[in-house]
Amino acid sequence: MTAIQIIFILSALVILGAAVMVVSTKNLVHAALYLVATLFGVAVLFALLDATFLTVVQVVVYIGAIAILFIFAIMLTRREMRDQGEQLNGGWGAAALIGLLTFGGLFLLLGNWRGFGATAAALPSGFDGVVELGTALVSTDAFVLPFEVASVLLLAALIGAVYVAGTKK
Amino acid sequence: MIPLSWYLILAAALFSVGLFGVLARKNAIAILLGVELMLNAVNINLVAFWRYGSLASIAGQVFAIIVFAVAAAEVAVGLGLVISVYRRRNTVVADELDLMKW
Amino acid sequence: MTTELLIWLIPLPPVLAFFLIVLFTNRSKALSHTIAVGAALLSWAGSMVVFFRAVGEEHFGEHPFASSVNWLPTGDTWFKIGVSIDPLGAAVLFFVAWTVLMIFLYSVGYHNFGQPKGDHDRAGLPPHGATVTDEHGHKHTVLSVEPMYSRFFAFIGLFAFGMYTLVVSDNLLTMFVGWEIMGLCSYLLIGFWYGKPSARAAAIKAFMTTRIGDVFMLLGIAFLYKATGTLTFSEIFTEETLGVLANTKTFFGLSAAGAIAILLFIGTIGKSAQWPLHVWLPDAMEGPTPVSAMIHAATMVSAGVYAVLRMFPLLTADFTGHGLTTAMSVVAFIGAFTALFSATIAVAQNDIKRVLAYSTISQLGFMIAALGIGAYIAAAFHLITHAFFKALLFLGSGSVIHGMEHGVLHTGNHHIDPQDMFNMGGLRKKMPITFWTFLIGGFALSGFPIITAGFWSKDEILADAFAHGHWAVFITLAVAAFLTAFYTMRQITLTFLGEPRTKEAEHAHETPWTMTAPLVILSIFAIGYGWVGIPEHFPVLGGILPNWFHEFVGGTLLEHPEAVEFSWIPLGTSLLVALGGLGLGWLVYRNVKSPAEDRLQIPVLKNKWYFDEAYDFLFVKPAYWLSETFTYLWMDKGFIDGILHSFGKAAAWVGDAIRNYFDGPVINDFIADKLSHQWTIHPAARAVRKAQTGRIQQYMLASIGVLFVVGVLVYYFLLA
Repeated sequence: MTAIQIIFILSALVILGAAVMVVSTKNLVHAALYLVATLFGVAVLFALLDATFLTVVQVVVYIGAIAILFIFAIMLTRREMRDQGEQLNGGWGAAALIGLLTFGGLFLLLGNWRGFGATAAALPSGFDGVVELGTALVSTDAFVLPFEVASVLLLAALIGAVYVAGTKK
Repeated sequence: MIPLSWYLILAAALFSVGLFGVLARKNAIAILLGVELMLNAVNINLVAFWRYGSLASIAGQVFAIIVFAVAAAEVAVGLGLVISVYRRRNTVVADELDLMKW
Repeated sequence: MTTELLIWLIPLPPVLAFFLIVLFTNRSKALSHTIAVGAALLSWAGSMVVFFRAVGEEHFGEHPFASSVNWLPTGDTWFKIGVSIDPLGAAVLFFVAWTVLMIFLYSVGYHNFGQPKGDHDRAGLPPHGATVTDEHGHKHTVLSVEPMYSRFFAFIGLFAFGMYTLVVSDNLLTMFVGWEIMGLCSYLLIGFWYGKPSARAAAIKAFMTTRIGDVFMLLGIAFLYKATGTLTFSEIFTEETLGVLANTKTFFGLSAAGAIAILLFIGTIGKSAQWPLHVWLPDAMEGPTPVSAMIHAATMVSAGVYAVLRMFPLLTADFTGHGLTTAMSVVAFIGAFTALFSATIAVAQNDIKRVLAYSTISQLGFMIAALGIGAYIAAAFHLITHAFFKALLFLGSGSVIHGMEHGVLHTGNHHIDPQDMFNMGGLRKKMPITFWTFLIGGFALSGFPIITAGFWSKDEILADAFAHGHWAVFITLAVAAFLTAFYTMRQITLTFLGEPRTKEAEHAHETPWTMTAPLVILSIFAIGYGWVGIPEHFPVLGGILPNWFHEFVGGTLLEHPEAVEFSWIPLGTSLLVALGGLGLGWLVYRNVKSPAEDRLQIPVLKNKWYFDEAYDFLFVKPAYWLSETFTYLWMDKGFIDGILHSFGKAAAWVGDAIRNYFDGPVINDFIADKLSHQWTIHPAARAVRKAQTGRIQQYMLASIGVLFVVGVLVYYFLLA
């Protein structure tokens, strides 16, 4: 077991454990905090995958913005400080079945794929992921258009969210 | 060295857990939490395939960036809707929001 | 400036005045009348220049002033229009220019320019008087200014344009254009006071009646064009063309020339108000007096006679000098008959303008009769002298009416008719200028010997009739001349002589200079114009002054007409009837004070031989029946609308049938309701509806499940 593998297994455990807690805990605030844990784990995974920029973005955007947003929303929509009763609805059995089936299906599907056991190639020397990513995002024969469209999408979402959630006087 | 398969299985599991959360939770915000889990699973997959595939084509990371942006937008709007619905109907339990039934 | 150019320009100032007044100066009375009178003055000046140049030419008839332009392309050739002044044209231009100018000037005073606005005056009704307070605080009512003052000048401007166009034309087409413009203006001016129903009716009557004549005239023009291919006078009146027309036979034994002449003459019957189309002229007295003077004395009705004068070569194309042709007989008959007929009506009229109206009809009859018997010069001479003295008489009567209105406003009694001669009397002392000029005009009309122009012209007609042995015409015209003198003296006696019979007549007074100056000028012509036409062989006076008129105007025709031989009989007859008529009139009427004492107030004469009633019965009522009952009620509403409504009703019936028998029971009840809904759709719908719970997680579950199943199927059957 190399150190990398141990780190991987630890973060995988954190991820999955926190994920299960997210979907099963009765207290919503706890669920949001477990989500934060999951997201941290994913950030570590990104770091293991040499996607340095994404690691930072994951922490800043997902944890720093989205999870905080969840916490705000949870606080705004609570009648009391504790949720009561079951948090799983009547169809949870079917849902569990579906989840298992999905996992099984994906596993089988991927298992039949040749490249399933591939190992990582070495990074070329002088490879700067961030510069590559940056160039790709703004060069016209690469991904500048999705980039720009994504910014328009964010603007639309911003306006929409403000309008939908705003108080009408 | 970590084979690709470990990442993929992890992502599949995370995805399934997220799916269960979406389908089985009562609270609307919890449903959205499940959606976030699914999106993260997708991101892991994308970056893994980038790393274990052709490093030159940075499309995988770019896709992941886009997914970030979309996820952020979706969460903003979704939570805005939930808050708006809460104001009107005073509930966030998904099963109670059934105005669109027959 | 060349004479031809000047002739082109003569008709323009009045029409420019019309447009300027209508578009710009309608509000300003002073500006409008200045423009109008200025335009008349310009045309007058142009006409005088042309006239004097024409008179100065030797053998003017052989080379008249002419100028034409190519106007309408007709295949290989051009239809030309243009202007031409030959001797007849020059003489006519002279009197038209003078009378038009005098009438324009008169209108300024007649419509009371300078007077205050009336108390209740409205546009469309004659002015009714204004109350003014003088320096002592007394109120009196004075004549008020006409509200539609500028409009009047615009219309008479347009009218003058029409007359000038008619006179200077060298072809029948533009002559007809001028003719019709005058017809339109006649309508507009007779109906000037459109607020009065009688004026409106009179305007329509005038227009319709002259229209009847105009239709036939147009037929004549078309016939002429077809026969000769040209409408220009100089091209028609050539030996060859006239010969051809004279020898082509048409219907009723008339030659083509005669037929065309008769058709054109029917236009004159309408325009110059000859029997049977005379009915419009007396009613036309509804218009203001300058209108009556201009249209119905000096210019428009003269245009009718001018047309026959122009067409004289055509009328006499097959005249050989012995015995009148059919066409000429028709013309002579209508002329003579009308002369006598309307003279008989005139003796029983009490309205001062009506007498003059019938007198005009009668005198026009004289001219037409003269043309019918071939007395070209006499007719032209009488046309011109008549224009002067008749205009004088009408303007004089306008002056009298104005004076009487002064009196009416003074006494405030609006029930008395200021135009009724029996309400007048003694006006010679109150309105001296009007009296003397009216006297001169009346004497001229009666043919008072030597000093009045009417004598010379009328005598020449009688002399011509006698010399050529047309006894019927001679006697009829002589009797008519007698009656003319009689009713004229009746008119003068009742109006001016004796003592005032009413208070209103006592308070009459003379009219302003703008009205009396034209009277004086016209009376100079009424006296003097006769002396240019003294026949050569007249005892004592003949030969002292050359018979300029005969020499000059006679040059218009291809063959210079010969002078009539002198005979004492027509001269004696003419002296007898003139002086006799005048004397008898004075003797009878100097003691008549009211209509009851007037023995000539015979109903059939007062009612114009019941012609109006006859026409109403024969033509007007059937026309109304045809349009209101037959065409409108039966044809349009009954028949055509009936067909259309029946289409609509049929369509509606079909629609109802379909709805009640097919759509209702079959489609709606059976298919839609039972078959579809009750038996099939509703049960199915109720079943499916249960899946729609509104809970999104259930929807998601279902969709992911389906997705999973589909994914498996796709994988195993398609991909693996």
